[in-house]
Amino acid sequence: MTVNISRRIAPSAWTKEELSNFYRIMARIRAFEERVAKEFTHGKIPCHAHLYIGHEAIATGACASLRLDDYIISNHRGHGHLIAKGGRTDRMMAELFGKRTGYCKGKGGSMHCADIELGSLGANGIVGAGITIAGGVALTAKLKNTGQVCLCFFGDGASNTSRFHEGINFASVLKLPVVYVVENNQYAISVPFSYASSVPNIADRACAYGIPGKTVDGNDVLAVYEAVAEAVERARRGYGPSLIECKTYRWAGHYTSDPQSYVSKEMIEEWKRKDPIPRFREYLVANGFLTKEEIERTHQEISDEIEEAVTFADESPYPAPEEALEDVHA
Amino acid sequence: MPELNLIQSINQAIDEEMRRDPSILVLGEDVRALGAPLGEFKGLFEKYGADRVIDTPISETAIMGAAIGSAATGMRPIANIMYANFLGVCGDELINQLTNMRYMSGGQIKVPVTIMCYSGAGTRHAAQHSRNLYGWLMNVTGLKIIAPSTPYDAKGLLKSALREDDPTVFLYHATLVKRGIKSDVPVEEYIIPVGKADIKREGKDVTVVAIGLMVHEALEAAEILEKKGIDIEIIDPRTVIPLDKEMIIGSIKKTGRLIIMDEEPKTGSAAAEIAAIIADEAFDYMDAPIKRVCAPDTPVPYSPVLEDFWIPDENSLVTAVSELV
Repeated sequence: MTVNISRRIAPSAWTKEELSNFYRIMARIRAFEERVAKEFTHGKIPCHAHLYIGHEAIATGACASLRLDDYIISNHRGHGHLIAKGGRTDRMMAELFGKRTGYCKGKGGSMHCADIELGSLGANGIVGAGITIAGGVALTAKLKNTGQVCLCFFGDGASNTSRFHEGINFASVLKLPVVYVVENNQYAISVPFSYASSVPNIADRACAYGIPGKTVDGNDVLAVYEAVAEAVERARRGYGPSLIECKTYRWAGHYTSDPQSYVSKEMIEEWKRKDPIPRFREYLVANGFLTKEEIERTHQEISDEIEEAVTFADESPYPAPEEALEDVHA
Repeated sequence: MPELNLIQSINQAIDEEMRRDPSILVLGEDVRALGAPLGEFKGLFEKYGADRVIDTPISETAIMGAAIGSAATGMRPIANIMYANFLGVCGDELINQLTNMRYMSGGQIKVPVTIMCYSGAGTRHAAQHSRNLYGWLMNVTGLKIIAPSTPYDAKGLLKSALREDDPTVFLYHATLVKRGIKSDVPVEEYIIPVGKADIKREGKDVTVVAIGLMVHEALEAAEILEKKGIDIEIIDPRTVIPLDKEMIIGSIKKTGRLIIMDEEPKTGSAAAEIAAIIADEAFDYMDAPIKRVCAPDTPVPYSPVLEDFWIPDENSLVTAVSELV
């Protein structure tokens, strides 16, 4: 496979620490998701989850341009977003297990993990709903003049909902500091984007709002970083939103038990060959950032972390049934 | 004491609260140039500027979404959705986002949004601009629902809503505005707590719980009934959620009879829920079946002849009371 990564920023511009951190985050997301699939099969996770496998470069590259106090709004396929923002895998796993020690005390589950301390306002089970909420988050940042930015993740399916128009129009009119990161994984459950849209690129729709739109290779972490970092900087300086489309592929299915009967095996295999993690690994090794041993060590550390996360989730207590009555009102 | 109409008292409440709390902002259509549909926001743009009185595109989902996002990050937005019917346009933001966020996040995120809508029939606006939606909203768990019947109550309740850490919807009846109903509103500050009902007329024979505009219909009916020797007690719940059950039950202990007067299609109405609560919790005090005086289960019609037939009035209540005593 040819290494085709980072066309604008020369390898010399990066430090080893930065790039190894990108790699670690991507590998952590992958390991978490693979374990989620396994634990779902084992019956430890009571509801299927929408896996981020294959999308890791997007959350990693996008969140790398954020400050700690910046916000993210996530969607149903959101585990990767929270991990990339610094979320704890043990509390996430516990939430997926429905345990009291989970991020939401077992009240949210896979689709609603939130960590307000990290600026993660939660994922969303309603496709497209985060797009309008992101405008409000960015409005606070603008009114308080904090320089914070809100990164709003959604998929190609959400780009066909009314919120895409209403939310982006609103934020563009008020020049709010939002960066919309569209993960175009080419499927809304079984409906291909090529069928559901009359234009090939979601980013092309940005011109309707007079904002920058850019389509990048969503399996190239550095390409995602470059595009999002530029948009984040623009938003921070008060020039308003941007729309960054990251093209990828949902080769692990819509959710954990999706047989994907509607997708050709050849297509899945083709995209697996574009897997963002081995691809970035080759780049790191070829440019002398990491040795194979260092990479192996990283994987081992992550594997240990996920093992501990599962143990933590397993050993944590369930909430008392009556806790279902709490957190409705202030 | 100055006499104010509903819009003036609402305007005063918002003005006082915005002056007190810089995190309060207004999001809505027409709030800047027109001061909102009926003048509720008049003068506020001039006082508080474009950062806090924000004109929006006609985008109910964007208004509600922005209210939710800004509330989750520390502001106290008022989302002006104009007519209660338009809540349907941003139904997802209302039922899936706003009212679930605190719960789904395990209490991490609070969303102090005040939704303002005028509601109700009687203005010849037909089916899409005339509903109260109390019953529908009661089933949206997490929401507090305020339905004032007087300018005095409106001011005190809206000030409370703007200090709540929970989402509230403030529904002020369009016909209260149309009729120019006024109250004495003190110059001194006052607050009416959410969840506290008010006895609008004391009586001993029948308890009438009347919501919003229906309080005024019930007061008219009381005069007719008084001439017949029947003395009704009128309770204005003022907030449908939380509901002041204690006050209603206290009154039933005295009268043994309950009629709920609610301008909504009867099925699934606030009246239905109140009737169920009382049947559950106060059956022993009842001397007669609970009655509901509601609108028919149809959309709200346009023609004055049809709409006036649709809206419960003093005569509907007089008939219902006569059947009970």
